[in-house]
Amino acid sequence: MPRPGFVLDVDKSTPPTLFWHGEGFRLEKLPADRSRVIYAPEPHDAIDDIDGAIRTSLLNPIDMDPPPALLFPGMKLTIAFDDVSLPLPKMRRPDLRQRIIEQVLTMAADAGVDDVHIIAALALHRRMHEFELRHALGDRVYDAFEPRGLLYQHDAEDPDELAFLGTTDQGEEIEINKRAAESDLLVYVNINLVAMDGGWKSTAVGLASYRSLRHHHNPTTMEASHSFMDQHASELHKSTWRMGKVMRDHGPKVFQIETTLNTDTFPQPFEFLSKREWEWNAKDRALYLGAAKSLAKTPPRLARKIFHGIEAPHQMTSIQCGEVEAVHKVTTQNVYDQQLVEVEGQTDILTMGIPYICPYNVHSIMNPILVMCTGLGYFFNLYRGKPLVREGGVVILTHPTTNEFHPVHHPSYIDFFEEVLADTKDPHVMSQKWEQQYAEDDWYRHLYRTTNAYHGVHPFYMWYWGSHGMKHVGKVIIVGGDAATVRKLGFTPASTMNDALEIASDTVGRSPTITHIKTPPLLIADVK
Amino acid sequence: MKALQVSRSVPRLGMARIASAISPVTATKLGPLEYTSVDEPELLGPDWHRVRTRLAGICGSDLSLVEGHASLYFEDWVSFPFVPGHEVVGELDDGTRVILEPVLGHEARGFAPPFDGAAPGDGDDYAHLATGDLEPGIQTGFCCSTGGGWAPEFVAHQSQLHHISDDMSDERAVLVEPFAGGIHAALLAAPTVAGRHDTSTPAIVAVLGAGTMGLAAIAGLRRYVPDVRIIVGARYPHQRRFAEEFGADVVVAPDELPRAVRRAAGCHMVGDHLSSGAHVTIDAVGTSATVADCLRITRPRGRVVLLGMPADVTLDLTGLWHRETELKGAYTYGTEHLPDGRTARTFDLAIETATELRAERLLSATYPLSDHVDAIAHAATAGRRGATKIAFDLRKEDS
Repeated sequence: MPRPGFVLDVDKSTPPTLFWHGEGFRLEKLPADRSRVIYAPEPHDAIDDIDGAIRTSLLNPIDMDPPPALLFPGMKLTIAFDDVSLPLPKMRRPDLRQRIIEQVLTMAADAGVDDVHIIAALALHRRMHEFELRHALGDRVYDAFEPRGLLYQHDAEDPDELAFLGTTDQGEEIEINKRAAESDLLVYVNINLVAMDGGWKSTAVGLASYRSLRHHHNPTTMEASHSFMDQHASELHKSTWRMGKVMRDHGPKVFQIETTLNTDTFPQPFEFLSKREWEWNAKDRALYLGAAKSLAKTPPRLARKIFHGIEAPHQMTSIQCGEVEAVHKVTTQNVYDQQLVEVEGQTDILTMGIPYICPYNVHSIMNPILVMCTGLGYFFNLYRGKPLVREGGVVILTHPTTNEFHPVHHPSYIDFFEEVLADTKDPHVMSQKWEQQYAEDDWYRHLYRTTNAYHGVHPFYMWYWGSHGMKHVGKVIIVGGDAATVRKLGFTPASTMNDALEIASDTVGRSPTITHIKTPPLLIADVK
Repeated sequence: MKALQVSRSVPRLGMARIASAISPVTATKLGPLEYTSVDEPELLGPDWHRVRTRLAGICGSDLSLVEGHASLYFEDWVSFPFVPGHEVVGELDDGTRVILEPVLGHEARGFAPPFDGAAPGDGDDYAHLATGDLEPGIQTGFCCSTGGGWAPEFVAHQSQLHHISDDMSDERAVLVEPFAGGIHAALLAAPTVAGRHDTSTPAIVAVLGAGTMGLAAIAGLRRYVPDVRIIVGARYPHQRRFAEEFGADVVVAPDELPRAVRRAAGCHMVGDHLSSGAHVTIDAVGTSATVADCLRITRPRGRVVLLGMPADVTLDLTGLWHRETELKGAYTYGTEHLPDGRTARTFDLAIETATELRAERLLSATYPLSDHVDAIAHAATAGRRGATKIAFDLRKEDS
């Protein structure tokens, strides 16, 4: 029986806490009697017969007919799937998307459907590399569809391949992939890693264009999303759900397939990363020491390669298919069941170890913008109820935060860092002054469409993602980061955790309460 | 009198060239520059004056000479042994202070000027620089007949002298000559800027390098070339600060310059070249790498102005050929035709600009001639030491 999440009150006998520090770790001794550490629940048991569960779910959808009743000869069938940003880390082969899509294709073949397209729903993310597509879909699907042009990636900048579906009652435009929009059936295959994923966000965001996305990917909406992990308190989700209503009324029939994963995140020899430090045995301590010391001597590029090569043992805990909202309701509850940890009250200082990966640097570099987004956009938002840190409190991140960018994946990030952040850190100002220029830059557009670059506007979205966190807290400190780079982000650098706590005392006083959110593995703090 | 003098010595030039890779101090000690006793130069005619040096700057071309990097091109245009020093503010026998316009032009050499009112640097035939009444020498500071500013005194023709008012400090005056060079380079951007097809947006002028000359070019662009967006690649923080104060719109690290120009031009980056780019790029450094960088970021049919003395460079000119890029040298100064229709002497514009911008801010340190090794080492590493202009101060020197 997996143990639930746990909030440890730190006392003098508590061993140091492991903090992520990019492609490395730190052990930090948090002050006794006023610090606590939130640990994720242990992984739920995965489903034993995954293929059987998929088939059972497909044949027993929620509030919708099963595929055999929806598929017919001569129809247009489009299967869209979550891109490389999910799951994190990538899962061991066979990926769930492969398992599900193979079964949907079998049912389509049985029904005599021969017009099938498979589309990576990447919105304004970078195009996936071939090896990433093969990993997600398997060689059989890739080799059968890609050479014939039937497996491809959504292009949000191809005006000929976008369809306008209408506007919401609040004037939000919905423009999505034309093939998907004109299909008789759109099957969406999702992997729900956090409560934010899935639902109408899959299709109304994943298959959308900038024209649509700008209605919710903006500072006003993001600041009013409290939090992204709580659909009912998230303006982002409310906007997406309004778009979903237009999709339902004017778009294709959507058959939503959502899956949840357990939190079995790290394979050997990294299992110690999922363990609570006071439960480390001699082997765990030896593995930690070995990993920490060898990583300290490993060139960053090699360390990055090692970490991005990790294939997580996490596995499916549920699958549900059918009508989008009904499906998502079940999915969200399953995510909460796995990830929620009850936490009593807010804290003065919230600490976070920023790991090597976030959804936007798979096989890539965690650049400074993504450090900010991971800390203040993702980890800050891992709450339900109230933010873990009080308003005006301090967030302390640990990460090397070097001025390093992947030139192919993140070209506009480099310019954003150099040009936009030199001008303003204010999400509202930059959205008015700079966003359109980057969104419509012809070179970025060209790179997005023809290489593996994120869209020109994407760094703005990352900055907006952290806008609620930035507005909420009084100070952000990064421990162990490159000082000039940290300052350029508008944050305060510190060499050690003790220095950071000293700096924080200017904002929160001499004896603040401290909470460390130890993730990954993923968790959501249910703050009472 | 004790002065710094350069003699023709191939072994010393060679040693200086090798040693400069290790240390400017070693290069100076081993190179062709000597602190030695020299005779005071004779007045060369009725229009010549004896000038007692007050401040004399150390320029990039002086450094390349001392470190043995100067081009063999100059072999026939200078005369040994010579006293360097062409950025000079000095004093005449009657006590008036003057700035030297160092080019030894037609009048100084006994020839008729190319046109009435010509400045020393004007003309399209340089025969006079190697012939006439004086030994060869393109400027004071490279001619054995006149001496130069790195000595307590030298001689100058009246066509070379600009009297300055009492309210201009020596520290400001010594910056006028390099400012004139930078302003001249800036004005060489003007025809390309004016001739562009699309005038709906400002022309882009990129400046690579923000030492004294680069900063002067920025100042010249901002003051005399209207409707330009100035983007500067500057390596050091103090250079960036001055570049902004002198009028740059965008200042970035040198390796960020291509991206900054691309953003301004709204163009693509194809390989390592911009598809379009700056209308004009001013190279205020002058190495193979910087000239190549300039060619990469200048738009087709644009102009690259070489302000920093380039010496030997190795370049792939395929891009220049394909893009029909114009490569334009910017040696000194003379008579300028401004975009607003005025005609002016570059030195007058430089005095005006140096005054307006309080150019003395750029003078970071001065040394006596006897400390020339330290002075030249400081000048050679000025940027990374937070300095801009280094000069010799001879106001207390005994001749």
